[in-house]
Amino acid sequence: MAGQLKEVRNRIKSVQSTQQITKAMKMVSAAKLRRAQDAIIQMRPYANKLQDMLSNIVSNSEGDVEMKLASERPVEKVLLIAITSDRGLAGAFNTNVIKMTKALINEKYTEQYRKGNVTIWNIGKKGYEHFLKNGYRADATYKDIFLNLTFEGVQKAAQAAMKAFEEKEYDVVEIVYSQFKNAATQRFVTERFLPIPRVEKKEGDNKKANFIFDPSEAELVAELMPKILNTQLYKAVLDSNASEHGARMTAMDKASENANEMLRNLKISYNRARQAAITTELTEIVSGAAALQG
Amino acid sequence: MTLEILTPERKLFSGEVYGVQLPGISGSFEVLEKHAPLISALKAGRVKVLKDKQQHFAFFDIQGGFVEVLNNKATVLVEGAVPVESV
Repeated sequence: MAGQLKEVRNRIKSVQSTQQITKAMKMVSAAKLRRAQDAIIQMRPYANKLQDMLSNIVSNSEGDVEMKLASERPVEKVLLIAITSDRGLAGAFNTNVIKMTKALINEKYTEQYRKGNVTIWNIGKKGYEHFLKNGYRADATYKDIFLNLTFEGVQKAAQAAMKAFEEKEYDVVEIVYSQFKNAATQRFVTERFLPIPRVEKKEGDNKKANFIFDPSEAELVAELMPKILNTQLYKAVLDSNASEHGARMTAMDKASENANEMLRNLKISYNRARQAAITTELTEIVSGAAALQG
Repeated sequence: MTLEILTPERKLFSGEVYGVQLPGISGSFEVLEKHAPLISALKAGRVKVLKDKQQHFAFFDIQGGFVEVLNNKATVLVEGAVPVESV
């Protein structure tokens, strides 16, 4: 009897210490989430203005503006940029990104994959480990962006992708990542990175603004395009970062709750065992006393 | 006129100013009150913000970017910019 008591006590202790860890991880994620959200909000004006500027240029220029990065061609070689996280324990976060990437390959790029023409650039360690183990063409050049998350780091990856596209190393580039909605929900999406969709002319007030362009419209667009792409990838990385912390926060919250539930059950069985032990002991004493009297 | 200096990481400057000097791709230029609509590329150099008619300036070193002037509002978009302490 005493043995069983001790066993339950040990389990209670171990569950309690696990719960402490999950609670702490939840708090850390909450703090990191706030910072990640801030970063998204901070970059929004820049990204919006960049788009505005592009549409202003295109709307104000005569005829079509030629864009090298917009050239559609038959898709033979595919590059996927999969953004996962460096650490696990974030619920289904990484699994979902990986699943989404695989689904994309299976549905859209079956043919290319069969010929071995699908390359995956991984941002974040978890995705890289998975794809490497499962025999995909996984590239780790930009794996460590999250170690030191700056615009410059992301820019390098975006520029490398653009260069590879221009040199026809890849015919299409897509990003798989998780969009941040709120702390509890993420939307896993694939986004076309290259070639870029044509920009439509917009009729409106700015049309008559008669901008002075320096240098010419075409050159401006050519310079603006890479910046927009840099920003697009940066946004995806930031979104993914915020999602990761959100997902981890929810996962750890659930874990703490489950630990509470377990503790409750364990306490009940502990008390039961204790009560049983006392009852047995009492019965022994009473029957012992009765035997002496008899 | 209003001036905004934006980077992908944060808003560097925002407010009413007298004018701003920018390192344009074909030479340095200045934007003052009621400037005509303009979109220009910028090269690496120093942005000088004229906060008022007196000698109050703010400086930023930039790596290149763009400026748009429309309706008396100038927006400078730069990647990689650092504020410079008084020179």
